[in-house]
Amino acid sequence: MARYGMVIDTRTCVGCMDCVVACKTENQVPEGFDRDWVTQRLTGRFPTLQLEIHSERCNHCDNPPCVTCCPTGASHVHQNGGVVLVAHEECIGCKACLAACPYDARFIHPNGYADKCTFCIHRVEKGQDPACVAVCPAHCMHFGDLDDPGAGVSQLIASRKHHVLLPAAGTRPRIYYLE
Amino acid sequence: MNGVSRRRFLKITTAGAGAAALAGVARSVPGALGNVADPGGVRSVPTFCDICFWKCGAIASVRDGLLWKIEGNPEDPLSRGRLCPRGTGGVGAFFDSDRLRTPLLRRSRRGEEEWVEVTWDEALGHVAEKMLRIRAEHGPEAVALFSHGLGGAFLKHTLKAFGSPNIAAPSFAQCRGPRDVGFGLTFGEDVGSPERTDIRNARCLVLIGSHLGENMHNTQVQEFAEAVGSGASIIVVDPRFSIAASKAKHYLPIAPGTDLALLLAWMNVLVREGLYDKEYVATHGFGFEAFAAEIAALTPEWAYPETGIEPQRIRETAREMARYRPATLVHPGRHATWYGDDAQRSRAIALLNALLGSWGRKGGFYAPASMDVPAYPYPPYPESVKGKVDNPGHKYPFATEPLTNGIREATLSGTPYPIKGWLVYASNLIQALPNAEETIRAIQSLDLLVVVDVVGSEIAGWADVVLPEATYLERYDDLNVELFREPFVALRQPVVPAPADQKPNWWIARQLALKLGLGAYYPWRDIEEYLDHRLKGAGHSLDQLKRTGIWRGPKQPVYFDEGVPATFATASGKIEFYSLQLKQAGFDPVPKYQRPPVGPPGSFRLLFGRAPVHTFSRTQTNPLLADLMSENEVWLNARVAARYGVRTGDRVRLKNQDGVVSNPVKLRSTEAIRPDCVYLVHGFGHTAKGLRRALGKGASDAQLITRYAVDPLMGGTGMNVNFVTLELEA
Amino acid sequence: MLEIVSSRNNPLVDPWLHVWGWEIPFYLFLGGWVAGMMVLSGYFLLKGRERQRRCVCFALPLFGLVLLSLGMLSLFLDLEHKPYVFRLYLTVEPLSPMSWGSWILVLVYPVLVANVLLQPPALAVAAWPRLGSLSRRFAARRGVVRAVGGASVLAGTALGIYTGILLSALGARPLWNSALLGPLFLVSGLSCGAAFSHMVARDVEERTALARADNLFLSVELGLFALYLIGLLSASEAHLEATRLLLGGPFTGVFWVFVVGLGVVIPLLIQVLAVSHRIAHTPVAPLLVLAGGLALRFVIVYAGQWSRWPQT
Repeated sequence: MARYGMVIDTRTCVGCMDCVVACKTENQVPEGFDRDWVTQRLTGRFPTLQLEIHSERCNHCDNPPCVTCCPTGASHVHQNGGVVLVAHEECIGCKACLAACPYDARFIHPNGYADKCTFCIHRVEKGQDPACVAVCPAHCMHFGDLDDPGAGVSQLIASRKHHVLLPAAGTRPRIYYLE
Repeated sequence: MNGVSRRRFLKITTAGAGAAALAGVARSVPGALGNVADPGGVRSVPTFCDICFWKCGAIASVRDGLLWKIEGNPEDPLSRGRLCPRGTGGVGAFFDSDRLRTPLLRRSRRGEEEWVEVTWDEALGHVAEKMLRIRAEHGPEAVALFSHGLGGAFLKHTLKAFGSPNIAAPSFAQCRGPRDVGFGLTFGEDVGSPERTDIRNARCLVLIGSHLGENMHNTQVQEFAEAVGSGASIIVVDPRFSIAASKAKHYLPIAPGTDLALLLAWMNVLVREGLYDKEYVATHGFGFEAFAAEIAALTPEWAYPETGIEPQRIRETAREMARYRPATLVHPGRHATWYGDDAQRSRAIALLNALLGSWGRKGGFYAPASMDVPAYPYPPYPESVKGKVDNPGHKYPFATEPLTNGIREATLSGTPYPIKGWLVYASNLIQALPNAEETIRAIQSLDLLVVVDVVGSEIAGWADVVLPEATYLERYDDLNVELFREPFVALRQPVVPAPADQKPNWWIARQLALKLGLGAYYPWRDIEEYLDHRLKGAGHSLDQLKRTGIWRGPKQPVYFDEGVPATFATASGKIEFYSLQLKQAGFDPVPKYQRPPVGPPGSFRLLFGRAPVHTFSRTQTNPLLADLMSENEVWLNARVAARYGVRTGDRVRLKNQDGVVSNPVKLRSTEAIRPDCVYLVHGFGHTAKGLRRALGKGASDAQLITRYAVDPLMGGTGMNVNFVTLELEA
Repeated sequence: MLEIVSSRNNPLVDPWLHVWGWEIPFYLFLGGWVAGMMVLSGYFLLKGRERQRRCVCFALPLFGLVLLSLGMLSLFLDLEHKPYVFRLYLTVEPLSPMSWGSWILVLVYPVLVANVLLQPPALAVAAWPRLGSLSRRFAARRGVVRAVGGASVLAGTALGIYTGILLSALGARPLWNSALLGPLFLVSGLSCGAAFSHMVARDVEERTALARADNLFLSVELGLFALYLIGLLSASEAHLEATRLLLGGPFTGVFWVFVVGLGVVIPLLIQVLAVSHRIAHTPVAPLLVLAGGLALRFVIVYAGQWSRWPQT
């Protein structure tokens, strides 16, 4: 069974937020909400500075706390690719999943249900990349099956130094950032 | 036109109020918008973007009759299938609730933004009447056109047919002009737009002030990321630690205004250490010895106290550049109007590239090519008796394009002859030209100000007649016959109908021409006829191009070693290391550095730049883009902020040397900027009531740019010469 | 110097988590209080001491029904997708404490009703005489009474403890991430139940016994506070940082003054003195215990939402 994940090269990412806009139009994300976002971490003292840019979203974790806490099963792991999704008509809006996510990746949609990045599963199932990956002008985002050693994502992880976000939180996220 | 005359007294603020209140993108749009005959499924239409001037090929998708999203056209050489964040957010331009909806006539005093809604017939009739009256009194030259972008093509045609040569784009004197003049004086050609920079093949890339990554010229950023990814050596020179600086192997935090000193010292090192491309210089150069003599004393030790960059670093980086030549690209930048020495500074960049042998070589500057698409056959334009007004007596002898500020000056002074009417297309002159007070005074002296725009911008607020243009998603435009690494022709075509009474520029220009009695210059009835004629003349057709959006030509040689002739359209026919032309005109034949004046004590130099999600001052009401960035912040060095007792998020005002005070603006206390400067992203601090979404958000750098340094060679307006102090909120 | 800039500004989540407002602490308080009352009632029913504990065994369950309904209304108000609330009852999610809780709440009602039926209020009996005969039949049978008692202890314990488990399972909020939170909430609930009962009980012997019981619960609660803090302080940096919210951070004052001081220590002192007849029996102490119980839930829920993994 495929296990979808992303690999993002922070070296070539320029933090332009194209990934954010593409997601907004592709998925009709309501104004004032973001399914994905860009963070910048600046360290050092002028002029010796280091800047790390991350394009972040739901990490579709292997150990998703947002799925275990859900009382109705609305938050679930999709049969295809291990993508974490929310079934809107099963969600009661209790917000336990918002509290459970250490990345604060979820939000409550104006329609009342919990919402977040879906890895554009509707595109992936048609053989396309998620919108954010497809638009990136720096070509720094990669999507694929982490369980396939021949996939681009697997090869990048194998060959480049990388990290994940909040590894100590125990979520086993599936987005890898190349350094 | 509409026979019924519907006059309603309206403030521009209420025009269309509530009509497109946006809850979610594309979903809650009322029935008037996007009602295309498409029952279900997705319809995709190729076009090219207009959120900035890069003209990336795009494919717009309409789903269930509503505009859904815009993606890059994979066939397009500029975007390679990926749009930048502004292009991706282009649907927001359609849904923008601050869009102009109908033609407007000024009801009260200029600038008060009180309007009467009129029909197109009434509006254009009024404009024509006034233009004809101006022509009768002062001659046709008394009407000038300020235009930005491809969409101005037909208005230019109409005005030339009317008899006026006074057509200017702010992009020359307020932006790339000095760079193109500097390179023209050296290599005989300008840098072009898109720039002929071979970034993707550069092994060493030098960026001086250029902040690619925040400055979002799509192709440039894509190639920049490619270069970074392939391990190119990046050298960034900038008073601010930009995104580009964060990718740099060498970051030089230069003192503002001293770039020319650094460039001269670099060239000094290359010559003295014999690291320059001797063969290239010998083959293609003119006046090298004289040039070398001029820079012999300009050592890194000389440059150090001026620039603040240690001599060792200057040598190190010069040697780094030499190491990778000729695939070393010293980027010419784009917005080059900084300190008034800009043409000479740009010439220094050209000279540095010449020493490295990058012009015409891989990884440096390639020779672009374009397709040969014949122009539409028109009758010849009337000859102007008076000639252009913007550069009387060739005061700026090396200006290669008309000067916007020259036209403004003529409007104010009445010399060499009066200018009585301004047509403005897609250019917010209040934010684009420095010292808005002069612009406003000039406007007050006009008999007619007509603004064609998409939203109620500041310049539209001052107009007598406002003409609402349809966005690029709703119209055809002239063909984009691009001059690029590979030649191609692109088509812009409507994706969805305009939601209200907005019209395309070609229609406006044609209707105006008809009312001016210039029907002979518009023998085609509608744009499709025009486009098809031109395309058929090149062996293609509109029907074909409508389907693909892009027509790519055969690949051409782009480097000297691929067969591009190594010729230079200069006086000597070679690369001018020493310019006799300049000498004869009384200027320095080799650029000379002059220390920039310091600001008042306790003040900071005001620097400005770009954000990747906005274009100038024209996108702040785009709901998608405003959602990502609704206001700008003033960057202040963290240690300076600590001394003032202010922190990130506090609101402050900026007061410039002439006492002009900005809106309150959020502070960003950061290590990423020199202590002697502050930085603002351009395009915020809007004052136009029509820009409801953006009104009052952030601070306007343009408002604070009351001083400017005019480049003596070409009339460009250097704008980094203003100083501000912090006014802390009580 | 670390400067972090994020482009995200999602409601309820930025700049820090604030998904749960007054509705949740209010419910937690009522739920814990009712849980305490159920455990106490059940205990005495099991022991066959209901005659000596008429207030606890027969009056409190009635209060319980009303308070729990109020609590559930509060929970319902918190939901963002209210028309779909029935989805809770179409499934059992064994890994979700909230799923457990939603079923526990449903099961608590019949237990409370059964308890009330053992001795319904006089007004109800007057209106429906059948009620009276039904209750007399049940109350006479020792087995039934014990069953109700046992059910009440189990349901009450489950009700009192699951909310703590719910919060403690949310590892993303380090302040909640302690296994002691469940027992702490249960003991606090027992304390509220006991305090309330000795405030409203008319029988002096019952009052004194319950006050003594409350003193025991309050003392255990103090012990649990200590263990809770020690546990967090010896865990990871994230937990340490979270605990600082209560030890020097913005919630320090309200925690030590209202939750610990006025909510536990002061009433404990008063009740110890009252029980040993040094001072008269007063409702001040139980009122402080109840207020302290409410304050505890508010502090834990609000401070917990502030705590997060460090964004290094």
